[in-house]
Amino acid sequence: MSSFNGEIVLIVAAILFVLGLIGVLTRKNIIFILLSVEIMLNSAGLAFVAAGAKWQQPDGQVMFLFILAMAAAEVSVGLALVLQIYHQHKTLDVDGLKELRD
Amino acid sequence: MSLLFYISSFVAILATVMVITRYHPIHALLYLVVSLLAVAMVFLSLGAPFVAVLEVIIYAGAIMVLFIFFIMMLNLGSETAQQEKNWLQPRVWVGPSLLSLVLLGEVVMLLLKGQNIVIQTSVVDARKVALSLYGEYIVGVELTGFLLMAGIVGAAHIGKQKKRNLHRFLQENENTGTTIKTIICPPSTVK
Amino acid sequence: MPLLAFIPTLPLLGFLVLSLAGRALPKKLIAPIGAGTICIASVITMLLCARFLLTPPADGAYTQTLWQWFNIGSLSVSISLRLDALSLVFVFIITFVGALIHIYSAAFMRQDRDYARFFACMNLFVCSMLVLVMAGNLVLLYLGWEGVGLCSYLLIGFWYETPANSNAANKAFYITRIGDTAMAIGLFLLYKELGTFTIPAILHDAPQAPSYNTLIPLLLLAGAMGKSAQLPLQTWLPDAMAGPSPVSALIHAATMVTAGVYLIARMHVLFQLSPLAMTATAVIGALTLFIAGCSAMVQTDIKRILAYSTISQIGYMFLALGVGAWSAAIFHFFTHAFFKALLFLAAGVVIEALHHEHNIFKMGGLKNKMPVVFLTFLAGAAALAALPLVSAGFYSKDQILWYAWNAANGNAALGSIALAGAFITSFYTTRLLLVVFWGESKTTPAHPPGQPPPIAYRPGPLMTVPLVILGILSLTSGFIEWPHNLLHLTLFSHHVQKTLPATLLKENLPSESAFQVITTLVTLAGIYLAYIVYYRSPASILQWRQSRRMMAIRDFLFDGWKFDALYRTLFVKPFVFITRVNKSDISDRLYNGIAQASLMLNRMVSLSQNGSLRWYIVGVLAGILFIITLQLFT
Repeated sequence: MSSFNGEIVLIVAAILFVLGLIGVLTRKNIIFILLSVEIMLNSAGLAFVAAGAKWQQPDGQVMFLFILAMAAAEVSVGLALVLQIYHQHKTLDVDGLKELRD
Repeated sequence: MSLLFYISSFVAILATVMVITRYHPIHALLYLVVSLLAVAMVFLSLGAPFVAVLEVIIYAGAIMVLFIFFIMMLNLGSETAQQEKNWLQPRVWVGPSLLSLVLLGEVVMLLLKGQNIVIQTSVVDARKVALSLYGEYIVGVELTGFLLMAGIVGAAHIGKQKKRNLHRFLQENENTGTTIKTIICPPSTVK
Repeated sequence: MPLLAFIPTLPLLGFLVLSLAGRALPKKLIAPIGAGTICIASVITMLLCARFLLTPPADGAYTQTLWQWFNIGSLSVSISLRLDALSLVFVFIITFVGALIHIYSAAFMRQDRDYARFFACMNLFVCSMLVLVMAGNLVLLYLGWEGVGLCSYLLIGFWYETPANSNAANKAFYITRIGDTAMAIGLFLLYKELGTFTIPAILHDAPQAPSYNTLIPLLLLAGAMGKSAQLPLQTWLPDAMAGPSPVSALIHAATMVTAGVYLIARMHVLFQLSPLAMTATAVIGALTLFIAGCSAMVQTDIKRILAYSTISQIGYMFLALGVGAWSAAIFHFFTHAFFKALLFLAAGVVIEALHHEHNIFKMGGLKNKMPVVFLTFLAGAAALAALPLVSAGFYSKDQILWYAWNAANGNAALGSIALAGAFITSFYTTRLLLVVFWGESKTTPAHPPGQPPPIAYRPGPLMTVPLVILGILSLTSGFIEWPHNLLHLTLFSHHVQKTLPATLLKENLPSESAFQVITTLVTLAGIYLAYIVYYRSPASILQWRQSRRMMAIRDFLFDGWKFDALYRTLFVKPFVFITRVNKSDISDRLYNGIAQASLMLNRMVSLSQNGSLRWYIVGVLAGILFIITLQLFT
């Protein structure tokens, strides 16, 4: 249909990824961290789809499907864990979960 | 088409920036939904209608809704917003942001160094994807099934609250962490 | 000559019996075993002497090879004994004087708890010394050398329960060890040069060897210096007086300290080939005799005076060896053994009689109270001071003085130091005599009522007879060798020169009679000066003695010219410092340091495992950045 530079798409994906990364590093609330992880996953999927679109193959989209399924599973299990954490520590501060150390 | 792409990507980026800077969790979630929808538009402009729809239905429609339900369950409201405001000090986000922006810069440099990639968009429709899925990637599909199964079972098990029936005089806090003065309270109602 | 082996074996048997079964034996049996072995050895020696002198053997020596000791490659060492003219003199002195001293100590040490151990060590000593002088090869000589060092240690520290005694024994052992090590290196070099250890072979081959290493005689000289307590290794002998008096008499007057003299005389060919070694020997002898003599002038402990005197007299022997007067040195050894042993034994009697009083200024007036001891002591002192014509010391010391001036290697400097030494010797000898035996007695030999009398108040015959014999010998043993201008009787040098070369003299010798007059005058001047200072003691002299400068000089001389302090600063203090620093074992610190470093690293790195999720992600991010940067910029 139309053509445009592939780098732009990948740059957009990179920007989204880095934004998600900033979100992970900056926020203390577990919910927000999980949210930012979702952003990162989504950007990775965007990169895949862009790659698939370049080669005009469905492989990129298939990969995106898998990523999606994985994100869904991960979110459900992750949120269940966050539930337990909330009930035990009464807070959603990720810095309170420091017991796995030396 | 490319105009659609540029506008959508711009919206996506803007929405994502808003996601990571909001205090109220619901606000952040809603912005994220907007971002996902914009990315779906990007997929459309790249000639991938199937994943565009998938993105909207599953990602924005299921996963984000799950998040919203979760937040509503835990009743994270204005106190959370207040808490986030206290936690999000400049000294917290300046360092990591700089580091990540350096990463961004490097990735962009890497991308721009290579030879020009030109994408000729042509629509790869659902039919092609389905044929590929059930053709070459059948094993992946099955494994995804496993994964989802594991997710279901795991979530169901981990999320279960253990209900203990103790006499109300013997009610102690079921949490092992904090030591709160034992106030005899009726059996827990939150499930 | 099968009798040869008996001479060292009998004392060895005595040692074995007394050391293994000594405690079980009744006390009456110990002394006969201990002293008896030496007496029998002495009798055998005298028989051999007579035979040697009447019918000298063909090649000048009796030899006896006992067995093959070891065989390494081309080196084959056997236990071979060899008695020639030189070693005959030494063996005679060792056994004869040794026998007298053993008889004396049978009475002297009777009250001692460790009676058997004493005789065992003394017998072992005599055996080692005999092995040393009768050795036919240098390895056996070194065995004897080490043996006498061991016995010296055992006997100095005989009363080991007092720490000062064992310290003195340790000191003696360390210092002689330095000499022994030098000597061992010299022996190795000798083997490398000449390929043999057998003494006759060495003496024969050395002049014909293509190249000659001056280090060899210098190292042997160092070994001799250690054993004979010469400069700079002389500091152990005064402290070695911590042992019993018979030990001092036997080991540190008559025999062990002369082992160095024996070594140099035996290896005379090696020394003659190296003018440097000869000069070094002479200079060391001269310096030692002067320094030790000066130190003896101010000592207050009777045995220390005699110890410094021994060092000084051996200095004379070294001086004689250094200028090439071989027979004069051996003659002086011969007479010195008699009078010095006598002086030590008599001093032992005096000390015991006065309840272990060692300070001469607390003695006095013993002339009438202990007449026998006084007369024999007088004889010994006369010999030491070299009283002209009547004492044996005169004949030997006069020879040395003559040769110091006039031998081919002698010169005026050495001669004048020797002459000054003669003056100092007569001075301190007279001082000793006057202070101990004249004047008023400050400690009486009487015993407090109720206590048993001290052993030696009326010394029994076992103690007085040896003293008398040695006293007679101190006076008469010089008569076998007269100076050339007085009488042509040179029995001793005639005998010794079967093995040792004759002394070369310079041209244009001065008159020997004039020389003798000068030495006599010097000796008499010393005696007179001591008489003035210590007997008459006019007030002016007393005041001069107490003046600041005199006291400072006196303190300097008293400490043996501060050699002990010098060695303490140079060697002992750095060593103690290093051991203190190394108390925690420095090389362990290296390994502990590695462990500590790794612990510290662990502590530092474990800070990064703080359990915080976001820190881990930052870590991952940093890693990614690093890799991508590498990719980008290389």
